[in-house]
Amino acid sequence: MDFVFPNELNVTWTVMIVLYPYITGLVAGAFIVSSLYHVFGRYELKAVARFSLASAFVFLLFAPLPLVIHLGQPQRAFNIMITPNFTSAMAGFGFIYTAYLIVVVLEIWFVMRSSFIERAKGTGLISFFCRAILLFNLYEDEATQRADQKIAKFLAGLGIPMACLLHGYVGFLFGSLKANPWWSTPLMFVIFVFSAIVSGISVLIFHYLLVSRLNGWKIDQPCVRSMARYLWGFMIVAVSLELLELMSIAYKQTEEWEVLGMLIREKLFVSYVVLQYLVFSLVPFILLGINSLFTLRDRLANVMIWIAAMMLLVQVLLMRWNVVVGGQLVSKSMRGFTSYFPGVWEKEGLAVALVIFTLPFGILWLFHKIVPLFPDVEKYQD
Amino acid sequence: MTVEFKNSRRQMLKLLAAGSGLLVFPIGSLVASERKPTADGKYIPYWAYAVDTTRCIGCCACMRACRDENDVPEGVFRTWVERYRVDRDGEVKVDVATGNDHVFEPVEGEVNRAFFVPKLCNHCAKSVCNQVCPVGAAFNTPDGVVLVDQAHCIGCGYCVQACPYGSRFINPDKHVADKCTFCYHRITQGMAPACVLTCPRDARLFGDLNDPKSRLNVLLRQRPYRLLKPEMGTHPECYYLGLDREVV
Repeated sequence: MDFVFPNELNVTWTVMIVLYPYITGLVAGAFIVSSLYHVFGRYELKAVARFSLASAFVFLLFAPLPLVIHLGQPQRAFNIMITPNFTSAMAGFGFIYTAYLIVVVLEIWFVMRSSFIERAKGTGLISFFCRAILLFNLYEDEATQRADQKIAKFLAGLGIPMACLLHGYVGFLFGSLKANPWWSTPLMFVIFVFSAIVSGISVLIFHYLLVSRLNGWKIDQPCVRSMARYLWGFMIVAVSLELLELMSIAYKQTEEWEVLGMLIREKLFVSYVVLQYLVFSLVPFILLGINSLFTLRDRLANVMIWIAAMMLLVQVLLMRWNVVVGGQLVSKSMRGFTSYFPGVWEKEGLAVALVIFTLPFGILWLFHKIVPLFPDVEKYQD
Repeated sequence: MTVEFKNSRRQMLKLLAAGSGLLVFPIGSLVASERKPTADGKYIPYWAYAVDTTRCIGCCACMRACRDENDVPEGVFRTWVERYRVDRDGEVKVDVATGNDHVFEPVEGEVNRAFFVPKLCNHCAKSVCNQVCPVGAAFNTPDGVVLVDQAHCIGCGYCVQACPYGSRFINPDKHVADKCTFCYHRITQGMAPACVLTCPRDARLFGDLNDPKSRLNVLLRQRPYRLLKPEMGTHPECYYLGLDREVV
C-alpha cells in the first residue's frame, strides 16, 4: 500500500481550505444563536443576541479570504459570478454568500438602528460614519422601532435557512465528489451544518466568558447555561452523525473500507481517533453533560463550560482538517497514501491562517467600540 | 400448472438468433454507432485513445516526449507509465518513474508477473472535471477532447479533486489547472499526439471513432478492452486493450 498517482504527491487543498469551512461554520452557528433569540423567543439569550449577530457578520466578512488566497489566479475570483458554470456546486458560492451577507447586514441595520442613531448624534468621524450608515435619517419613534423589530425578525427567520444553505453547501462541495471515498457521502452536508452550529455556539461562549472576565462584567448566568445546554445537544447530534457515518462504512466492509480503515488506523489515528474523538469530543461531552444534568456553582460551571467550548472549537477545526486533508491523503489508485504537513510561513501556511482567524476578532472589537454589543452589562458585584 | 408457448418454432428461432447476435455484437461498434459523424454538413471526428498494455515495455519515451512537447514542469504529469509487479504470493507492487529522466529503478527479488500501463487523461464523455469547474473553464470539444481554458481558469483545484484518475494537476508555473490535451495543437493539424508518435512499440493508439475504418475502431471491434473506473459513470474515451484486473 504505497502507490499514489504521481499527480497526487502534492496535496492541492491545504490549510486555507481547512480554514474556509471552519470560518463559514462559525458564521452559521453564531447566526443560529442570534436567531434563537430573535425568531424563536429564547429570551434568556438576550445578553448575546447582538454579539452573536455581529460575530456572524465579522466572520462572514472574512470567510472568502482563505479561498481567495488559495486561488492560483485570485484576480479572476469574480469569474465565479461573471461566468458561473451552474453544473458546479462551487459556482453557487458567490451568490449564496452575497445573498447571505446582504441579509446579515440588513438584520444588523434593523436590530441596531437605535444604537447607531444614538452614536450618530455626536460629532466627529465615527458619528459621521454612523450617520452615513443610517443614510442620514436619524428619525426614530415607537412606530419605527416596532417596524424595525418586525423586519429584523423576518430577516432573522430568512437567515436561518440561508445559514444552513451556506454551510450545507460547503459540505455538499465535499460530499458530492464521487472520486473521493472519504468525502463522498450524502451525510456530509448534514454533518457540516451541525458541526457549524457547534463551533458557532462554542466561539460565542468562549468569547463572551473571556471578555466578561477581562472587563469585569457581570456574567448573565442563565444565558451561559442555556448556551451550554444547546451546545451539549448539538454536539451530541454532530458527533453521533459522524460516528454513524463511520460505522456504516466500516460495517459494510466494502472495498473502500480496506483503504479508509487503514487511513483511520494509520494516517489519521492521532488527529482523528485520539484528538478529534477521544480528547476533544469526549471531554467536552462529559463537562457539558455534568453542567446540563447537575446545578453547579456559577464560577465552577463557567470554567467547565469555557473549557468545553474551547475544546469544541478545536474539535471542529480538527474535524475540518481530517475531512479536507484526510480525504486527499487517500490515493485515488486505492493503493496507498500521500503525506502532508503544513508549513508555517508559506502562502497557505499556518501563520497566514492565524492572521486570518484573528482579524475577525479585531473587527468585532472595532464594532463594539462604535456600537455596544453588550448594552445591558453591569460591573461585577462580588 | 402448465406453460403454453404461443409462439411458433420459427418465431422462437428468430428470437434466439437475435439474442445470440446481441451477445456476440462487439461493444466497440456500439460505441462507434452512437457518434454523430456530421454537424451542419461538416465532418467532425471524434478522437479517442487506446492503450495496448500487452505491448508497452516501460521505456517511458512517451513521458519524455509529452514533457518536451507541452512544457510540462517537473513534478507534475500529463501522462505516466505505471509498472506492476506481482510476486508469487499475489502481492502487487506498483511504481512510476517519476524522476526527471523517467527511467524505472531496477527490480530486486523475484517477480512472478510484470507489466506496464501507460496512463493519461481519459477525456471522459461525461467528464466530472467539467461538471465541477465553477467558471466553465473546463470543457468538452465537439471532437471529443476535454480541454482547459487556462486564460479563464481561477486555479481553485476543484477539478483536480473531482477527477477519479488523478490526471489533473495545478501547473506550478502557471497556477491553473493542467492536463493531457491529446496534443490538441497537433491533432487539429493532422498530426498524432507526441506520445503516440514516439512510442516504439505501438502501445499507444489514437484515432477517430467516427470513422468506422479507423485503426482504432477496427481494434476495438476485434479485441477485448476495459475502461478505467467505469463505475464512476464518466464514460472514459481511453480504451485499454488487454488490461490486467489489478489496474484501477
